[in-house]
Amino acid sequence: MKFLPLLWSGLFRKKTRTLLTLLSVVAAFILFGLLQAVRVAFDAGADAADAKRLLTTARYSIIDPLPLAHLGKIERVPGVVAVAYANWFGAKYQDQSNAFPVFAVDPARYLDMYPEFRIDPAQRAAFEGTRTGAVAGVRLVRRFGWKLGQKLPIRSEIHAQRNGGLDWEFELTGVLDAEDPAQQGNTDVVLINNAYFDEARRTGKGSTGWYIVRIADSGRAREVGAAIDRLFANSPDETKTQPEKEFALGFAKQIGDIGALVTRILAAVFFTLLLLTGNAMAQSVRERIPEFAILKTLGFSDGKVAGLVLSEALLLLLLGGGLGMLLATLMLRPLNAATGGKFPPLFVSPATWGLAAAILLSLALAIGLPPAWRVRRLRIVDALRGG
Amino acid sequence: MGSLRQVLAITWMNLRSVPQRPGASLVVIVGIAGVVAVLVSVLSMAQGFRHTLASTGRPDRAILLRSGSDAELASSIARDQAQILANTPEIARDSQGQPLASAELVVVADLPRRDTGTPSNVPFRGVQPAAFAIRDELRLVQGRRFGAGLREVIVGQKAAQQFQGLEVGARIDFRDSDWEVVGIFASGGDVHESEVWADAETAVSAFRRLGFQSMTAKLAITDDLDALRQRIDADPRFSISVLREPEYYAKQSQLLGTLINVLGYTVASFMAIGAMFGALNCMYSAVASRQVEIGTLRAIGFGAAPVVVSVMAEALLLALIGGTAGGALAYLYCDGASLSTLNFETFSQVAFDFRITPALLGQGVLWALAIGLLGGLPPAIRAARLPVTEALRSS
Repeated sequence: MKFLPLLWSGLFRKKTRTLLTLLSVVAAFILFGLLQAVRVAFDAGADAADAKRLLTTARYSIIDPLPLAHLGKIERVPGVVAVAYANWFGAKYQDQSNAFPVFAVDPARYLDMYPEFRIDPAQRAAFEGTRTGAVAGVRLVRRFGWKLGQKLPIRSEIHAQRNGGLDWEFELTGVLDAEDPAQQGNTDVVLINNAYFDEARRTGKGSTGWYIVRIADSGRAREVGAAIDRLFANSPDETKTQPEKEFALGFAKQIGDIGALVTRILAAVFFTLLLLTGNAMAQSVRERIPEFAILKTLGFSDGKVAGLVLSEALLLLLLGGGLGMLLATLMLRPLNAATGGKFPPLFVSPATWGLAAAILLSLALAIGLPPAWRVRRLRIVDALRGG
Repeated sequence: MGSLRQVLAITWMNLRSVPQRPGASLVVIVGIAGVVAVLVSVLSMAQGFRHTLASTGRPDRAILLRSGSDAELASSIARDQAQILANTPEIARDSQGQPLASAELVVVADLPRRDTGTPSNVPFRGVQPAAFAIRDELRLVQGRRFGAGLREVIVGQKAAQQFQGLEVGARIDFRDSDWEVVGIFASGGDVHESEVWADAETAVSAFRRLGFQSMTAKLAITDDLDALRQRIDADPRFSISVLREPEYYAKQSQLLGTLINVLGYTVASFMAIGAMFGALNCMYSAVASRQVEIGTLRAIGFGAAPVVVSVMAEALLLALIGGTAGGALAYLYCDGASLSTLNFETFSQVAFDFRITPALLGQGVLWALAIGLLGGLPPAIRAARLPVTEALRSS
């Protein structure tokens, strides 16, 4: 610590150069923070998955309906603790297609299935007791400025009412939130009462979209899944049951490998940064060769002088990287407010900070070691002659 | 004229000295190449996706969906309605007097992707015989068409590339029914190349469907979509919306295209800022290393302008080299590569190629020059304002 002033004066000997190098480190780490946030949001579905939840969908395609009659049969499968179901409503709101997903559910079953969602008990009771009731995720409520008790006019692209019209109306009886900010994106839904929906719709009565199954023992997930699928084998409505995580990963893979894309971009960014900072550092050390020789003359050991150079690189990267990550965190706040409910929330996770630290250290070593080695092997007489 | 000669002389002298500063010059070139490579490759993804969807459909064709449905999957058209709609006078007929209309159903099938092996949604389209006359851009590149009433399919060439087990002669198991692949088709790189096609009647019975989802028809008079729309709107039996095919498909590319673009520009902007600081650094140190030279030139009577131009020329030349290299890198890496992603509007896979266009490469070079300009200007101004006496006092 007592060497900090020495490091500082070494770094800021050429103010402009160090400042510019620092700013390019900041830019690179802002980008790192933002892109990692996108990646984390993309994997959120799989990360939030509960090992004790399975998803049962129609065997051939998730968009095929399943009979509601499957419910009782799935409940009787050994190892199953609870079953909920949901149906895709195909919502259109204010002329925006898929502005948010709407699921027709059995309120009690669905909310019990997802304990990570938080809802006020009185609001939950109101939802269960109101036929045309609906609850909406907190970010959606904020984005559209909805008030409790108001009517939500939602059009369906798929389901007509008995009179053939596609316009539906629900009453907002509650707001959903999540304990964990990482999962708030999963509450970007509107839930409606399946009992009312099924009675009022024109076609497809008595069917739902998919089942969510809670099991007693996550170690027996495959076994229970297979038992469920066996129940309906060779029936007109065969099923495919997967652990929630597997389903989420499969869905993410359908979109493509975002992780690989982000990795490639960041590799390009850090390679450029390495070259840039490495060049500036090497230049700075070259200019100060005589000074290092003087330090050695004063009695600094070889290792200490090399350590000074290495610490300079480390200090520079820590300053720039820390600042970049902080700025990325600050930038995401207004961004999330602007896209609330349209996209999952983006945030810099603790894991991202850890990864940033690891990258900082390895960059500092890559940048600082060559000049440090050079200074370590410096012979005083030659170096002083050079100055 | 004299001043121009001065400018050229000094600029030329300076450019010849660039190779003596390889480290710093390389940093500028690589930094800018990185920005341009990332920008061009990400934007070419969005471009390719848009192109695939925009090149689907022609203005003389209409797609009919149930009112209120934006996508085929959510739409439904009953069999009896399809019959009446096909015989609308605004829809063209072939030489035998048969209407050029194809009622179609689309189901989503799960097939393993080649790259990841994970099951993915592939659109399986049942088409009526008129489909081939309506979509005359479709060519079989291998095999033959499916036979009427047989469980045979033809596969788009993009689907054949992206998914396992779609070669001619392969058998695929869809929903308890066994289908044989008898042909592979191309249709000008549009979305149908990501699909599997079969005979509509066979598909309806195999999948236990009651009717169709959409109808594609050729208009009797190319530009007269409104006449067809008015007739259908006026008929109380129908609740059908009529869309021009290109509009329907272009709309599907909006969300994802915009998302990829935003990603590309955001990443490139931050990288550009970083590269600009790097360029500034290198140009400042280039000016510092030429300090004595610049001082000498000023002392023997050269003006400030030639000095500024010489520094700017160096920055812009390095930027141009970097920009070109970055564009070339993106081209080598991406051109002709293809990807497949989930189209949110249809909930199924669509495959597309990276599309690197001259306009995109031009945009990349412009970005490079802008970085060079911003990175070169402050050092150039500093070089011009160096007091002569101080400059000559070598550090």
